[in-house]
Amino acid sequence: MDFLTPITPNHYLALSAILFAIGIAGVVTRKNVFLTLMSLELMLNAVNLSFVTFAKVRGDMTGHVFVLFVVSIAAAEACVGLAIVIALFRLKETVNLDMFKSLKD
Amino acid sequence: MLKLEHFQNFTDVHSDWLWLIVALPLLGAVLNGLLTLLSSRKVLSVKPWVYAAIGCGAAISSFVVSWEMFSQFKQNPNNPWVQELFNWIESGTFHVAFNLELNSLSGVMIVFVTFLASLIHLYSAGYMKGDEGFGRYFSYLNLFLFSMLMLVLAQDLLVLFLGWEGVGFCSYLLIGFWFEDVANAEAGKKAIILNRIGDAGFIAGLLMVFALAGTFNFNDLLGHKQVFTEVTATIICFCFFFGAAGKSAQIPLYVWLPDAMAGPTPVSALIHAATMVTAGVYLVARLHFLYVLAPWASTIIAIIGVLTALFAASIALVQNDIKKILAYSTISQLGYMFLGVGVTSYESGIFHLITHGFFKACLFLAAGSVIHALSGEQDIRKMGGLLKHIPLTSVGFLFGWIAITGIVPTLGGFFSKDEILWKALATPNSIFPFLPQILYFGGLVAAFLTAFYMTRLVILVFFGKYRGEHDVFEHIHESPAIMTWPVFLLGLLSLFIGWIGVPAAIGGADELGKFLDPLFHLSTLESNALSRSLEPTLMAVSWLVACLGVGLAWYAYGIKSAVSKNLAQWLGGLKKVLDGKYFVDEFYQATVVRFAKTIARWVSGWLIEGLLVNRLVELSIQGITRLSGAAKQVQLGFVRVYLVYIAAGAALLIYLLVH
Repeated sequence: MDFLTPITPNHYLALSAILFAIGIAGVVTRKNVFLTLMSLELMLNAVNLSFVTFAKVRGDMTGHVFVLFVVSIAAAEACVGLAIVIALFRLKETVNLDMFKSLKD
Repeated sequence: MLKLEHFQNFTDVHSDWLWLIVALPLLGAVLNGLLTLLSSRKVLSVKPWVYAAIGCGAAISSFVVSWEMFSQFKQNPNNPWVQELFNWIESGTFHVAFNLELNSLSGVMIVFVTFLASLIHLYSAGYMKGDEGFGRYFSYLNLFLFSMLMLVLAQDLLVLFLGWEGVGFCSYLLIGFWFEDVANAEAGKKAIILNRIGDAGFIAGLLMVFALAGTFNFNDLLGHKQVFTEVTATIICFCFFFGAAGKSAQIPLYVWLPDAMAGPTPVSALIHAATMVTAGVYLVARLHFLYVLAPWASTIIAIIGVLTALFAASIALVQNDIKKILAYSTISQLGYMFLGVGVTSYESGIFHLITHGFFKACLFLAAGSVIHALSGEQDIRKMGGLLKHIPLTSVGFLFGWIAITGIVPTLGGFFSKDEILWKALATPNSIFPFLPQILYFGGLVAAFLTAFYMTRLVILVFFGKYRGEHDVFEHIHESPAIMTWPVFLLGLLSLFIGWIGVPAAIGGADELGKFLDPLFHLSTLESNALSRSLEPTLMAVSWLVACLGVGLAWYAYGIKSAVSKNLAQWLGGLKKVLDGKYFVDEFYQATVVRFAKTIARWVSGWLIEGLLVNRLVELSIQGITRLSGAAKQVQLGFVRVYLVYIAAGAALLIYLLVH
């Protein structure tokens, strides 16, 4: 019954790291703006998970408070980000990130 | 015992006020400078007499203090008075204390300098009347007096150098006083550049003294003179003499002094005849303990002195500008002084410095009065017969003429010139045994030439018939009393100033010689077997030579003026060479100046403009462009790629933190 061993904080942290890596991979590889934004959310939530884990382990409420802040900021960010995407789409008629490189040229 | 202590305190109290001698002229300079500035900004309007009162007051009060101190000091001349003002430089083991020292040499000098300066300040008040730069003039003149007194009173070579540069700078300002005329500004520039060349030698000497002795204090140097070997002392003495040659207008750096006559005439009298140009002689005398270690340097000084005396006197023979003649005469007389200090007879050099200061200042002031009377005419061919029209000035000039030619025994520079000639003959030379005779003969010829050109000048200016323009003649007038009286007084004094050093050989007291002797006697070489009994004979010889010079000139220019025209024909080519002043200026122009200009052009054109600005700046621009081009490659414009960079950077940081 090895696999029924209790879930330790390490498991949470490992999950958090995996989610974060998936998020990064999504941001880096996807060209679609929406998928990139979703991957960003994934990264944020991975970080939230590790915050909560550490808060639990240390018995410190600060981590929880951080998570609340991150969630609210993420909501605001999604709001602004989607607005920007709409503005970009209106300009370029595409959601392909690789098209948005006029700063370089 | 008690009395001695009392006396000691007494002198100390007096030396506490030594700074006053230096500070009074500085105060005058600053006050006049401020007033000039304020009135030029229209803040307040200053009457000219205020400037004159401040300037003259500063000079005269400085003279009174100097005189008072000197007469106190004279009672016990073997105890120098030292006033420690402040520590100027303090760095590790290197100290420069800003001290003033009154010893027998500097005591004589301060009285001499402040007295002449007072009279010349008074004269200036008349001469410069109505000039736009009246306040500026007095400010400069006081600043000069301050620097000169600091030079003389310095106890330290570096403080002396400060005064040395100060007088040079004031000389530059005053030569170019009427700078609207480009020629005057050029003359000032020439003076300061030639002085800079000399100062390079001075600075080299300073550095070597510091490297060897580690101090600049004269007394410490005197105490540590064993650190100087003959070779090092010779090199150092040469360096200092090069500086002295610049300041005192000796070969090869004399060419600035004739041009310096572009300044106002009282300036020529004070700075370019009586005081500043003698600073070189003073420097050599002050460093007597070094020069006695360097027989080569002293010998060269004597040779250059006599050469300059001859050279300048021969140029003066054919000059036609009254001030230029006096300028060449000054160079020639300075050569005499260097001959004196070159044969290690420092007293005689200083003696001649003083007598020359008096009679040359008198001659210059009188010449200024003549120029003033003739509405600015300086050409002696357009003068003549002025004795009747400006009698007081003429008599003053004639007194100066008597003093410089030595035509009347015992008067004027007769004794001092004779002292130098006798010492030149009587001091044996260890390097060239036959040199004393040559020096003596050279000096004698220079004395003859001096008598000749001065008599020519006197006859062409004051006797015969007026040869100038009629308009000028109408306006001939004697100068105001404030100008004529200083001239007359200086003339009278210059006749009798020689009596401070009547040689012992003819039963005189030789007061100046005895007074200065304790300072110099260790550095003065013993006279040879030529005993003092020969001195009266030599005096007679030099008197005869002077008579011959005066007589010949009188004959050629006075009695038979036709002779002088034939004279020019007989001389032929020589006259041309003399007229061209041996073409030294042209020679310098063709060699040194052209060389320097070529280098300057090369530096500015090729080195700075071509290499530095064009190539180097261009290269750095290209380099930066290339570098940024390379750096630009990382910036792809894809947000994703930047995120990879961030992630990679974060990973690297974590890796570094963990390990």
